[in-house]
Amino acid sequence: MAVGDLEHASKRAETLARPETEPDNRPLAIEARGLVKSFDGTRAVDGVDLNVPEGAIYGVLGPNGAGKTTTLRMLLGIIDPDEGVRRVFGNDRPHDLSRLIGYLPEERGLYPAMKAVEAIAFMGALRGLTLAEGRKRGLELLERHDLGYAADRQIRQLSKGMAQTVQLLGTLVHQPRLVVLDEPFSGLDAINQGKLERMIRALSEEGVTVIFSTHVIHHAERLCEGVAIIAGGRVPYAGSVETARDRIPAQVRLETSARDGGWTAALPQDARREGNFFYFSLPETGVEPLLKSLIEGEAGILSLSIERAGLHDAFVAIAGEAAARQLEADAQSS
Amino acid sequence: MTNQASADVKARLSFLEAAWVIARRDFVAVLFSRAFLFFLVGPLFPVLVGGLAGAIGKTNSQQAVSVEIGIAMTAQDNAAMIAAATTLRPKLRGATPMLTEIDEARGNPDFDARAFMDARRGNYAAIVTGNLDAPKLVGTQRQVDRWSGPIELVAATAAGASPSRFPEAQSEVVTANAASERYSRVRTAQAAQMVLFLLTILLGGMVLSNLAEEKGNKIIEILAAALPMDAVFMGKLFAMLGVSFVGITVWGSLGWGFWAIAEDAIVTVTQTNYRDLPGPAVGWPLFVALGITYFSMAYLLLGSLFLTIGAMASSVREVQTMSMPVTMLQIMVFFLSAANIGATGTPLELTSVVFPLSSPFAMMARAALEETLWTHAVAIAWQGVAVIALVKGGSMLFRKRVMKSGGAGREKKSLFSRRAARVDRSAAEAVAEPAE
Repeated sequence: MAVGDLEHASKRAETLARPETEPDNRPLAIEARGLVKSFDGTRAVDGVDLNVPEGAIYGVLGPNGAGKTTTLRMLLGIIDPDEGVRRVFGNDRPHDLSRLIGYLPEERGLYPAMKAVEAIAFMGALRGLTLAEGRKRGLELLERHDLGYAADRQIRQLSKGMAQTVQLLGTLVHQPRLVVLDEPFSGLDAINQGKLERMIRALSEEGVTVIFSTHVIHHAERLCEGVAIIAGGRVPYAGSVETARDRIPAQVRLETSARDGGWTAALPQDARREGNFFYFSLPETGVEPLLKSLIEGEAGILSLSIERAGLHDAFVAIAGEAAARQLEADAQSS
Repeated sequence: MTNQASADVKARLSFLEAAWVIARRDFVAVLFSRAFLFFLVGPLFPVLVGGLAGAIGKTNSQQAVSVEIGIAMTAQDNAAMIAAATTLRPKLRGATPMLTEIDEARGNPDFDARAFMDARRGNYAAIVTGNLDAPKLVGTQRQVDRWSGPIELVAATAAGASPSRFPEAQSEVVTANAASERYSRVRTAQAAQMVLFLLTILLGGMVLSNLAEEKGNKIIEILAAALPMDAVFMGKLFAMLGVSFVGITVWGSLGWGFWAIAEDAIVTVTQTNYRDLPGPAVGWPLFVALGITYFSMAYLLLGSLFLTIGAMASSVREVQTMSMPVTMLQIMVFFLSAANIGATGTPLELTSVVFPLSSPFAMMARAALEETLWTHAVAIAWQGVAVIALVKGGSMLFRKRVMKSGGAGREKKSLFSRRAARVDRSAAEAVAEPAE
């Protein structure tokens, strides 16, 4: 068994014994309480609570139709909630902070006849930049992302990936303090996904809060410090990724030379045996008492590994099998 | 940035700044598009074709509807009648008929004019028989009513019963009397209403597809996230209004050019001498200023309705279907205003003044007919309030009805998955603790 795993298992036992989250003293970029939105009598969002600290990368994770876009739209003030409150940088009128916010909607859109640099400048103008300043920054951004040669090309002349990049640059041109991205990885190839991940990390390092929705778990797992898992319009979990993973006990794989003995009584009741291998969830008491019992009972430990649950396992446990299946299907189709 | 810091900066565009950003983009984009060039040229073709058709139609109708009166008297009387008509024609112009001797009646004492007319022979409006002392006119009632007076005068002149030389009358021209001025201003009011209506309908169509196209381009959500929707609506309306003024300027300049080149032809074809168009009650300069204002108001009112429809529709085709009732409504309110020209103060006229969509047309007519000015100030303020109310209502409707494509948009498609999610929810809640 790796030392790191043992250390983690010990830490987890400690974690379970104390309050789930460390108090976070950072001010909140986004705060939502009990957001409800119905369309035609159906609740698309049903009591969503969110806390996103400033500077965090935060994921809203759920399958298509779960209510992610509606939640983001309410946070941005594009639509108003039927119930509940949302505050962006402490302000409950997000439009009043338009210059501080950048938004990339799920359905990408640009004027096809506009030149790339003009499109970026126009998006900057929507957020308060002058057109001249927008053009200047637009050119700089395009150069920085190796698209300087396309600055004067019309959007309709760009490839889909280039157009998406132009729109993302337009989202960032006014240097917002909060960036909201709705399914930003959708439609991008692996290379561009990697670029986008680096861009998001760079924004966070500059102190920008980034919140994005996704139905691809590994993006959230790699990037986010916090996630909200959303299914059927509800958020059954919102908090740190670490805490979400810790909701599920680590899985232990034990290989012994002895097949039987008194030491088997020390194994958890859910332990499953396959030959000389035992599989079971790590007991809440941690790994050390178990090891002690095994050694004293002369089990003959050949190998022992402890695997932390991934965010996917956490999602399955929190949102349910059906939601997880749909999430996987959505990820494959996107 | 901390909450305090965010409060210290002006963190959004004002309503006017936001509307300006949208108006500037739309104005430039529409003005320099190929579609607008075609739009500008488009109405010139119907005018050209209409002019040609009018000219041809006029010739045809002149050929088809004869004003010739056949004469079937004795050869001597026939000659005297034709000579008398020739003498009278310069004095009476169109009131004197063209007289033609009927070949079939020449030397035929049994010629039956009634049978000749019943047999639809010849191309005569009527036939004169009898003699100079007792001419008899045979024709339809309408033709008899029209020509009996002139024929009597021609016969009297031929018989030497009227003076052979007409005394020259002295003349003193007055521009108008009270009755004729009122009547003439009604013509001005009608013309102004018609121009206002045609321009509004013609140019209002541009607004229709504007938002539907933006929805198609998926731009609308970016705009809605950055700016208040009513500012977006207002910016689009004023951009289209600006484009309309460009169109009017171009068409007006071309019209002025045509008028300068071919005034006579235009007067002939339209049978209207526009130089004689009577002056409106408020005077031409104010009338033109009010015309521009009422056009703007009519355009903004109709445009805000069209914009709302465009925002609700998902395709240009859907827009066209949905806009039909509004166009019909606009035609009805135009008729309401047109039917009440000159009926100032009657309940129907007041209704057309108060109802926002017909108000610009009704007030345009009032500007032609009435000198009172304060009513225009009140009407323009009222129409402005109506524009703001329509824009606010449209943007609210947009936010409420349109921006729901997230969960709700897919709900019907993923009904199964939502059911499954609901089933799982209870299980999930058992695992998950309350959200942080």
